[in-house]
Amino acid sequence: MCSLALFPPPLPSGHTTLCESNNQLLSRTDINDRITQDSSPPSLHFPRESLKLHSRTESSSKAAFLDHSETLWMRSAAAWRDGGLTGLLNEITNSHTEVPKWLSVSSGCVLALLRWVSSFHGSLFPHLTLSSEDMIAEFSQVLNWSDCVVRAFSWHPHADKFAVALLDDSIKIYNPKSATTPTLKHRLQRSIAAVQWKPLCASALAVACQNCLLVWHVDPCSLSTRPSSGCAQVLSQPGHSPVTSIAWCPSGSLLVSSSPVDTAMIVWDVAAESGVPLQRVGGGGVTFLSWSPDGSHILASTPSALFRVWETRMWTCERWPCVKGRCQSGCWSPDGSRLLFTVQSETVIYSLTFTDIPGVTTSTSRGPQAAAVVADLSETAFSTPDGDIIVGGEIQSMAWDLRGERLAVLLKGDSNAADRPAIIAVFKTRASPIFELLPCGFVQGEPGAEPRLMQFHPNFRDGALLTVCWSNGKITHVPFYFLSASFPQLSFVGKPSPPRLQDGAADFTNQSLFTELIS
Amino acid sequence: MISAEQSCWFIQKVVCWRAVASIAWSVLLLPPTTAVFTFFSKFSFLHPIQTISECISLMTSASAIFSLILLCGVIVMVGFLNLEYYTVIPTIACSKIALLAQLLHPRQLVNSLLHCIMGVIVAWCCGVTMGFRYESLGYPCPQSDGLPLMCLNEYQLILLLLGAFVGFSHSLLGVMHNFNYISFHTVQQYKYHRFKGALPLVARCSVTQALYSVRNFVVLYFFLGHVPRAWICQTLNLQLNSSAHRLDSISGLLDFTLLYHLWISATFFLFLWYITLLLFRIFVTEVHSFPVQSSFTDDTPQCLPTVLAEKQPMILKFLALQDLALLSQHSLARRCEVFSLSQPGGHAHNWNAISKECLSLLADLTQRLQAYHDTIATNGRTKSLSSGSERKSSSETSGPDEWASPRPSLQLRTPASVFRRSLVGEPLTAPFTPDLVSPFASPALRRLATVVDPGSPWYGTVQSPHIMRRGPKLWSTSTDSQVSGSPPPSPASIPSAKVEPAKPSFLAQFLQNRKDQVKNFLSKRVLVTYLFNKLPEASSQALFADSQAHIWALEGLSYLVQASFSEDHFGVVQTTLPSILSSMLLLQEAVDRHFKLPHASSKPSRSTSSMEESTYKTLRFALRATLKTAIYRITTTFGDHLKAVQISAEHRKRLQQFLEYKE
Repeated sequence: MCSLALFPPPLPSGHTTLCESNNQLLSRTDINDRITQDSSPPSLHFPRESLKLHSRTESSSKAAFLDHSETLWMRSAAAWRDGGLTGLLNEITNSHTEVPKWLSVSSGCVLALLRWVSSFHGSLFPHLTLSSEDMIAEFSQVLNWSDCVVRAFSWHPHADKFAVALLDDSIKIYNPKSATTPTLKHRLQRSIAAVQWKPLCASALAVACQNCLLVWHVDPCSLSTRPSSGCAQVLSQPGHSPVTSIAWCPSGSLLVSSSPVDTAMIVWDVAAESGVPLQRVGGGGVTFLSWSPDGSHILASTPSALFRVWETRMWTCERWPCVKGRCQSGCWSPDGSRLLFTVQSETVIYSLTFTDIPGVTTSTSRGPQAAAVVADLSETAFSTPDGDIIVGGEIQSMAWDLRGERLAVLLKGDSNAADRPAIIAVFKTRASPIFELLPCGFVQGEPGAEPRLMQFHPNFRDGALLTVCWSNGKITHVPFYFLSASFPQLSFVGKPSPPRLQDGAADFTNQSLFTELIS
Repeated sequence: MISAEQSCWFIQKVVCWRAVASIAWSVLLLPPTTAVFTFFSKFSFLHPIQTISECISLMTSASAIFSLILLCGVIVMVGFLNLEYYTVIPTIACSKIALLAQLLHPRQLVNSLLHCIMGVIVAWCCGVTMGFRYESLGYPCPQSDGLPLMCLNEYQLILLLLGAFVGFSHSLLGVMHNFNYISFHTVQQYKYHRFKGALPLVARCSVTQALYSVRNFVVLYFFLGHVPRAWICQTLNLQLNSSAHRLDSISGLLDFTLLYHLWISATFFLFLWYITLLLFRIFVTEVHSFPVQSSFTDDTPQCLPTVLAEKQPMILKFLALQDLALLSQHSLARRCEVFSLSQPGGHAHNWNAISKECLSLLADLTQRLQAYHDTIATNGRTKSLSSGSERKSSSETSGPDEWASPRPSLQLRTPASVFRRSLVGEPLTAPFTPDLVSPFASPALRRLATVVDPGSPWYGTVQSPHIMRRGPKLWSTSTDSQVSGSPPPSPASIPSAKVEPAKPSFLAQFLQNRKDQVKNFLSKRVLVTYLFNKLPEASSQALFADSQAHIWALEGLSYLVQASFSEDHFGVVQTTLPSILSSMLLLQEAVDRHFKLPHASSKPSRSTSSMEESTYKTLRFALRATLKTAIYRITTTFGDHLKAVQISAEHRKRLQQFLEYKE
């Protein structure tokens, strides 16, 4: 089992992690002295000041208008439309001067009864009392989501482009090969919790929003910078909002969405805009979804101490109760045989293996009966020139590159204490002969910037490329150069060009030339 | 014939057993449903304990058991009707008149009649169960002269009439919303989970539909209630109690207990029917696993490659394609069998048969789309049709029962011949398939039917689109006087047929003019226009009505090709790769062109949640997405290796777009 004590100490303040080469993480002090790398996509910077934010939410704009009297019927109809049954009852109770007394009293009683029932329900599942923004922030994979400039990020699974969702509810699509940067805006696109590109498709991008699910079709050849909202399909189902997590089937046909208030997760046939709810008792909602890269399983975690692993052939599930808290994050190995997950308020990484062969019914080939601990990330003190810092603790999210060689773990830290920064710990992983996590190092950014969100590039040729979104609005890419032994390069991909590090090479030449070949 | 035996085998051994199982489950679900119904009909707020005890005593009484047996009979009947009327390819009416024709089809009338009768039976059972004032049709009422007479109990009458009405409206709605269409789900679930997931929907649908039915029925009874009442009184020799309240008055119908009972009963009928339908759909669409190859020659007709090539029954073909799509995705062992070579000889029979069938399906759709596009391209104007093409289309799409006897070609030539047929009073049977009905429909729609038909000589051959494009033009230039003979056996023979009518006769010219005049005259009448106007999107839906098969063919082919990259040891797939790619690209081109047509909407409309299967409305979008994904699946797997595949330059260019992710 790997622990943080085996890691090399974090960099002193002012150093930023640059890349991994020759099995070592390299860093730079001066950020202005950039290293130009051909293979690496451009870094981006979104200063918070440049974004136009919504000053107020839509519901509060009522105050800006003069009050004008409508009939009770009109108001009741409006209340029914806006607030449903509760709104209607509220309206009747409040306008007790106009309605008969028995009506207002009885509606008041029904309202009180409803509130009592819902508070009872809420005490069973405390997350239901949160507002939808707070709920997204609570269950998002992004650290401190509500304060984040970059709220979601997604690499295209095949092409070299990515989508960035920003605080002002717009999405930008960057493609290094094209000059246009389409900006996607839609009336319903608010509080974006996640974005994901459709596999085996050049154009479709799914967006999880506060009230619905949007699927944009952005023509890659189009020169338009503002695709119209007609390019977006709106998928919504009553009671299924806010959507906090989405996952595309790796074969590109189905999309699964989940909401912490809905006990069912919905499998969408996007082209037909029809959804099949998959409902199971227990859990009180679904917060996080992750589809295994081979398409055979889905991890679905719930707000209570329980998560499920669905098998996607006949859509049956296994229940996995946790001891302490809910499953916070999880990621799959490339062949879909191993699931790593973390539990809230625990500082370890668990592993589950699934060895069922596709085609054999799942009832005969069950997974293991208990999860094994593979890494311990409890708090560890490192002494740096700037003083001691403590690294470790709870885990926010995890990412595993598609070759299964590097595992990045985003540690929450404590934003109030200076000596407990949020940090990304990177492990080397190997699957044979036994599954092992080996320490690689910490990825750090500029001083004062904490990592919020990270994702691996799905097809980086020379190893793995970790994209990190920082709290100051920057997006940087950290390449890990290595030769993969377990994942032979297919000949059509072409020979991996060795990393070219041009003007910053002085640093590297001083390093030892020892190269440990990863077996 | 092998095929006849084969289909017999399948219908008898699989479909029938599935239907029987579904009926058995519906019958098993009947007692709990009846118990719930009894509870709701007896429910009273003030005496909950009494309600329960009453229910229990009622459920164990002899009359309840008798009505339960009757209900079982009804359910068996409903299940049988489901089995008799189900279809996997929906019938889409392109205009109001076509819909009307569907409703007045004798087969449909029988269905409606049976539903009416069953409605009455179920209503009688409901009346017996509810007891109270619904129990019997007559009751002794004291007359002024002291003689007891039998009087009509209008409460039971209204209940029975409601049963008939709900049955009738259910069967009408069934035609309009294609209740008999069975769609296959993309998400495979076990039957229990599917049933559990659909149960709330069924309950909600039956409750709302019952509400609408009761509303309509009450309005109808208010106006026309006296007619059946008088009739029943006369036939059964019953008196009308003058002291009792008449129910076809406002005060009589505003009896809330009565309305509640009517609504509960209507909900009960509809729930029974919907549950039976749901179970039938779930059982019939269950995946059936066909063996890929068999060591015994006796079993060969039941193997996947043979079954795929079958044309009838459609359900067999659909299940086989579904099985193909699933095995190509999930089953390594069965894929290996597909890629294997035959033992003596070393031929890839399995793969060849499967790929040939899938490719012919795709080519068939491509041709259909091109033919459709060609007519639309002429701005939807109706061109005069040659008798040859129409003759061919009608003779092939309609059943032999109607068109077996040779008719004068003149009668069939005009698009307005539909009129003539309906005016003359000929039976409106099979030709009222969507495409052949509207006189304002473009002629190519009729021609489509030619292409659709698996029996046509072009079926199963991959043709270049250029020949296809030229075909219709040749036909359209031919004139009316062509004597209808045997349909042209192949496109090649058309030019020779065209030479025959060198000069249109005077009579034909005259008739043509008359016909145009009549058409112009009729097209100005509002009712006629209303009836014959094409419903929006219907022709597009009709074009893609059976696209579920194409979707599976695309999925199956693309997954197999993807798997062949690492699993195909003999390279059997490589030989067909160029034709697979080119047929996919051709189809892609045709689909793209279809979606660029002005009337084709680019996004599916919001589907309402009801028992109506609306899958067929979105099949074309699903097909478009699947097609693109299928091509990407192949290009992503093979990457630059595809440059070595022999395809035309145009396709190579298109493929390059896919390789660069620019589609």
